[in-house]
Amino acid sequence: MQPIKMVEGRAYPLGRKNVDTDVIIPAPYLKTITRNGLGKGAFETIRAEPGNVFDDPEYQGAPVIIAGDNFGCGSSREHAAWALYDMGVRAVIAPSFSDIFSGNAFKNGILTVVLPQEAVDRLLEVAKTDPITIDLDHCTVTTPFQDRFTFAIDPFRRDCLLNGTDEIGLTLTADARISAFETRMAADRPWLAA
Amino acid sequence: MNSKPRTLYEKIWDAHVVDKRDDGTCLIYIDRHLVHEVTSPQAFEGLRVAGRKVRRPDLTLAVPDHNLPTTPRVDAQGRRLPIADPESAQQLAALEANAPAFGIRYIDATAPEQGIVHVVGPEQGFSLPGTTIVCGDSHTAAHGGLGALAFGIGTSEVEHVLATQTLLLKQSKTMEIRVDGTLGFGVSPKDVVLAIIGKIGAAGGTGYVIEYTGDVIQAMSVEGRLTVSNMSIEGGARAGLIAPDETIYAYLKGKPMAPAGEDWEQATAWWRTLPTDIGATYDAVVKLDASNIAPNLTWGTSPEDVVPITGSVPDPASFDDPAKQAAARKSLDYMGLEPGTRMQDVPVEHIFIGSCTNSRIEDLRAAAEVVKGRKVADRIRQALVVPGSGLVKRQAEEEGLDRIFIDAGFQWREPGCSMCLAMNPDKVPPGERCASTSNRNFVGRQGPGARTHLVSPAMAAAAAIAGRFADVRELMGNH
Repeated sequence: MQPIKMVEGRAYPLGRKNVDTDVIIPAPYLKTITRNGLGKGAFETIRAEPGNVFDDPEYQGAPVIIAGDNFGCGSSREHAAWALYDMGVRAVIAPSFSDIFSGNAFKNGILTVVLPQEAVDRLLEVAKTDPITIDLDHCTVTTPFQDRFTFAIDPFRRDCLLNGTDEIGLTLTADARISAFETRMAADRPWLAA
Repeated sequence: MNSKPRTLYEKIWDAHVVDKRDDGTCLIYIDRHLVHEVTSPQAFEGLRVAGRKVRRPDLTLAVPDHNLPTTPRVDAQGRRLPIADPESAQQLAALEANAPAFGIRYIDATAPEQGIVHVVGPEQGFSLPGTTIVCGDSHTAAHGGLGALAFGIGTSEVEHVLATQTLLLKQSKTMEIRVDGTLGFGVSPKDVVLAIIGKIGAAGGTGYVIEYTGDVIQAMSVEGRLTVSNMSIEGGARAGLIAPDETIYAYLKGKPMAPAGEDWEQATAWWRTLPTDIGATYDAVVKLDASNIAPNLTWGTSPEDVVPITGSVPDPASFDDPAKQAAARKSLDYMGLEPGTRMQDVPVEHIFIGSCTNSRIEDLRAAAEVVKGRKVADRIRQALVVPGSGLVKRQAEEEGLDRIFIDAGFQWREPGCSMCLAMNPDKVPPGERCASTSNRNFVGRQGPGARTHLVSPAMAAAAAIAGRFADVRELMGNH
């Protein structure tokens, strides 16, 4: 995972709530066996709508999406995070995210920023004309108009994102503890050995 | 022994903590890992690149389901038929190669036990109460119906579990959803879970693990519990749970991968300690009265868009939240529905009875009971029954259910995920409407432009007979 400290630039003012992972990347694109190239299928159904934000030259290549409640609900497909990454998105701002999506985004170095609806509404307004800045070090979202919103993020996730931590590598440093757990499990719950 | 009263969730969590970091993140041991062809190729590739092995292949079970066509898989001579779609074939081939390469048990596409992972796991006794179960699929929540902490994970987590048999997790909040009373005639577990999602909303369970309790849940069959827990994710909760009891033990006993002999005695003794202690508290409690639950269906493009079959398409202006008003307008436009239209006046062209939500034997029996001696309406272009597994299919055939469906005009197919997400050739054409027993009515879910209404198996059968949505209670002559 690439370390991430700051995301700056324009933002797609999507605004909708319940943007599900089938909308982010439809099922036919899940037939790939690699993580790459999924940006071409991202938001296919929204992009079929005239005047959609993703095809508006104003926001071309924006690194941020601003959405409504429950972004990323539905399927556990990590292809949704891969698709966002491939289209250049490095952060999503919304009042809430699905648990599975925010985990998948985090594992791919995409920041999910939770802000109250009023702050999201203000950022949706700003995003139409100006860039925004997300600073993970200070946990702030700022605009050229002196708006400054602070957000909370799980400290473990923040550290991993700032350092680009390889989670599997980190877990494997606890290998002895996993082995000890397995020894206890074999004694206490022997039926679990399938 | 912990003296503080604990919930079922807390007991399972505590029994699986390998390590706890200062920030509260825990390393949680995973007892069972189900793998399918769509969300695993990149995980196996990651292991290969890093030179890592699968830590516990014995706790891992692979089975293909999403891409498989539901047409016959072998010819008259028993030779395997090729999959026409090259991308689907490639994904299947990747799993077929990865499973043996990493020493993982694999149920082949043509094996009698093949089926949807969430049907196969319980049916094989691979999924057990009190275990942690993961799969790269959000409907892993289904296994919570057995009293397992089961949840969907992304592909990076699949790789993490393959390599370490653990996951880094924060403990969730707990929500009790209590359904008391008795279900009316024609009201099924699917109607219960739709009523729940309609009440809490598609994000209502975000951050929570739900425990379903109350008379209605306790009285439910194993199949019904799996249906309810399956759709926890549609209410935003990554996992659902139902306390294991004698119904579960009777179901699991003798299953091929379930514990046997002395192991069985030890296992059940531990399982009996799992139900939530008296005095334990939940972070949130939601109550439903069973007598208020009718056969339900969805009208929009979120599973929270639920109405009873006696109801009408809502007016977007009737919602308080402006964002919901906008979403409802978009949904109705996509669904081709006018506010105020009675749901029973909405015609249907496609019927899908299947998916990890409703493809088990009890689901097929419920649909067959409605269909028996009747005919699918002329306007129905496609009516599919897709059993959840080869074993479900065989049992249904032994009971003669296949004949009932075929005689009525349904197609009787091979097991798989099928039209639930249209990764295989089973699709709903653009602009056409489907009464579906699956779990998601998202835009494009059953094919580009497809219009999905979520219903129970009996309600899907009733829609097939009527050619429009119909109240199964009236069709079956009891209201």
